[in-house]
Amino acid sequence: MQTPLKTTLSINGTRHEIEGDARLTLLDALRDHLGLTGSKKGCDHGQCGACTVLLNGRRVNSCLTLLCMHDGDEVTTIEGLGTPDTPSDLQRAFVDRDGMQCGYCTPGQICSATAMIEEIRQGWPSHASEGLEGEVAPTPAEIAERMSGNLCRCGCYPNIVDAIADVIAEEGP
Amino acid sequence: MYAFEFQKPTSIQAAVEALKDDEAQALGGGQTLLPTMRQRLASPGTLVSLSGIAEMRGVCRADDGALCIGGGTSHAVVAQEAAGIYPGLAGLAARIGDPAVRNRGTIGGSLANNDPSACYPCAVLASGARIITDRREIAADDFFEGMFTTALEQGEIITEVRFPVPEASNYQKFIQPASRFALVGVMVAKYAGGVRVAVTGASEEGVFRWTEAEKALSDNFAASALKDLTVSADGMIADMHGSAAYRAHLIKVLAGRAVEAAA
Repeated sequence: MQTPLKTTLSINGTRHEIEGDARLTLLDALRDHLGLTGSKKGCDHGQCGACTVLLNGRRVNSCLTLLCMHDGDEVTTIEGLGTPDTPSDLQRAFVDRDGMQCGYCTPGQICSATAMIEEIRQGWPSHASEGLEGEVAPTPAEIAERMSGNLCRCGCYPNIVDAIADVIAEEGP
Repeated sequence: MYAFEFQKPTSIQAAVEALKDDEAQALGGGQTLLPTMRQRLASPGTLVSLSGIAEMRGVCRADDGALCIGGGTSHAVVAQEAAGIYPGLAGLAARIGDPAVRNRGTIGGSLANNDPSACYPCAVLASGARIITDRREIAADDFFEGMFTTALEQGEIITEVRFPVPEASNYQKFIQPASRFALVGVMVAKYAGGVRVAVTGASEEGVFRWTEAEKALSDNFAASALKDLTVSADGMIADMHGSAAYRAHLIKVLAGRAVEAAA
């Protein structure tokens, strides 16, 4: 039996101290230890993106990282982005555009898109961009490439792209 | 996943010390190692996370002009920070996996794993890069020893990779869309001393140099210089995604595209 590890980190602005086995993934810590079940366990090996959260502002698959690796880090989950009464712009746009069917991938899609819009603002290039430098045009191809880590088995991609494009258009890239 | 002890040293020296244990294994971003452990294909007694070592992160330019990338630098950072210096390499990094993977996965982890379909080994070999470890410097030509096999010793850590910056370069990746690995990937890099061409995703031996193409392109850096060359299907990977002959064919097609796109 390995010694349980204590990890202290900030989740949605609140400091948490979690004790667990070294094998505990960030995703399982969120869901089973803190009851934050918005982040979903789809494939549990980094293929589907349903568990996407923001780690120090960057999107990561929470199933592919161990809690004990993140002492002192800041995590934001779908619960930290907005509430039913005060949704974030992307949360509202996904509802407006019906960007889901079953909804299982939606928290991951919205966390991922939140970070993606920030990446575009910071001028990060993508495979779909014309060049590696200069302004990024948020075309459907560009959004699809940048959201490629998030799968939707219901196939709601057109509405997901519309929802994201709405927010980019409203806020400016 | 089998149980393990966990350590997160903050210096290279402390990591080397922790890795002296035979059962210890270095952990980069964990994008390959953690799923492998979950499948119980790997079961280290101790995981030594390298992510707390600040001196192993970042991109800089050496006095001799080489691009230096810390072993613990994520693909996303390379894609962004190398763009102005070595666009061919930045473009390659920007196409590894998906964005979430690029935020965690590291160049050192990718090279140490040497997946036969990974992108970074192709860039390192095409650039004739030097791999700096905690104990020595290894030339790219001596580093890759076959599928999932490298010159690294037990407990040896890739602290930095130094890329000579080419005059022109390009990486063409024929993507396997489900895994987002290269079905075949070809990197062409043109240096004053000649052209280097590396191929990933194709050979059962892992990444390799296509020397006939290097010779032809060193004489005439044009896609047409490749037209009389053929690649044998012997020893090529064959799976449900592509036959050996298909992969051999792709090498030439992609090498031509890389030359045309090289900038």
